[in-house]
Amino acid sequence: MKRIFTPLTKELIKSLNVGDEILLTGIIYTARDQAHKRLIKEIGKRRNLIKDKIIYYCGPTQTPKGKIIGSAGPTTSSRMDEFTPKLLAAGLIAMIGKGARSEKVRQSIKRHKAVYFLAPAGCGALLSQKIKSKRIVAYKDLGPEAIYELKVKDFPLIVGIDSKGRSIYDTK
Amino acid sequence: MSKKVNANLVTKTISQLCVEANFRLRKDVLAALKTAYYKEKNSRAKSMLKDVIDNAAIAKREKIAICQDTGLPVVFVELGHNIQIIGDLKQAINKGIELGYKKASLRNSIISDPLIRGKSKFSPAVIHIDLAKGNKLKLTVLPKGFGCENKSQLKMFNPTVGIDAIKKFIIDAVETAGPDACPPYVVAIGIGGTADLANLLAKKALLRQINKRHAQKRISLLEKELLSRINKLNIGPMGLGGKTTALAVNIETYPTHIAGLPVAVNISCHALRSATKVL
Repeated sequence: MKRIFTPLTKELIKSLNVGDEILLTGIIYTARDQAHKRLIKEIGKRRNLIKDKIIYYCGPTQTPKGKIIGSAGPTTSSRMDEFTPKLLAAGLIAMIGKGARSEKVRQSIKRHKAVYFLAPAGCGALLSQKIKSKRIVAYKDLGPEAIYELKVKDFPLIVGIDSKGRSIYDTK
Repeated sequence: MSKKVNANLVTKTISQLCVEANFRLRKDVLAALKTAYYKEKNSRAKSMLKDVIDNAAIAKREKIAICQDTGLPVVFVELGHNIQIIGDLKQAINKGIELGYKKASLRNSIISDPLIRGKSKFSPAVIHIDLAKGNKLKLTVLPKGFGCENKSQLKMFNPTVGIDAIKKFIIDAVETAGPDACPPYVVAIGIGGTADLANLLAKKALLRQINKRHAQKRISLLEKELLSRINKLNIGPMGLGGKTTALAVNIETYPTHIAGLPVAVNISCHALRSATKVL
């Protein structure tokens, strides 16, 4: 299993192949449906959350007392498909979620030499153990759909679509 | 003699059921996952199943939700005819949901208006009340995640349809859900009644232990056949291939009209959660 660290460089992303199992350490940003809708409208002033960043499709539970975060697994990626090409064009380099993506997203990942990772689906308790800190950085009013900056350590991922546009669901 | 049940007891019970359902994976589901783990040959599928089993253990030990999607809580009430509720039952249930979800730090996933959306809350639950005989009050909380709820399907077949078309519809619904809704699934089917009842039957089918087949032989055979065919789709755990696409197929039926044959499919992710208490 390969260990990788943020910020992810273009060279590193190029070296990742579909199906590779990796452990990610570094900083990622949560964003799901409503945050995407807003990010697209504010793409100019929110570049700091997009350019060269990793978005994690996740809306955690509330944080239990004494814990860093609650359950925090991936949500269904395909709901974000309509927004993704615009974010990739604005410099987003990686996404973490679960499930298949549209053909348009696959092409866009290939064009921008980005990468789509899968996290273990329905394993929010297990993944919460890999999160070392969290803070809200935007859209607090969205509650669980706010954008959180998460520091993760050895976050387990599989390359779902690599920078060559190859999808794991075509090769399984 | 009627038995009196105070609404406060309903609130307290519902609150406990929310916590139990979200922290402890159902025993029948966990057992099925473990069996699947031993049977699975595909190494990636095996490793995914191990994650799911480990996840349940961590949730139980750390008192953290099995999944961050703690669902739209669906509450089933079986109200015996000799039970008298002292107080407002609906309000008591929703109060219990709020207390339980807050206490356990679950997710406030419910938005008050489906079109305007806005700020999310813990309640209201979707409540189904069944009238029963006797002096028991049975309460069940089923937190239904929406990744899989979004894959629900209903088809109003002609009454002259062949069984093969019904089987195809069900298998196609699972294929459409594909890798998106956290397989391995529990596939719940409602056949008969009206459009609304078929959907409710499917939802109720999720409450039956997944290792128990339908009491009617013909339906139980249909469940077994569908499961075997679904497990040949090679969707597998997390959609990455393997023979564990579903853990079970549960079917419930009801009489229907001479002009129709409603069939509803309600899929559950592998985190099929529910908890029940009888008062």
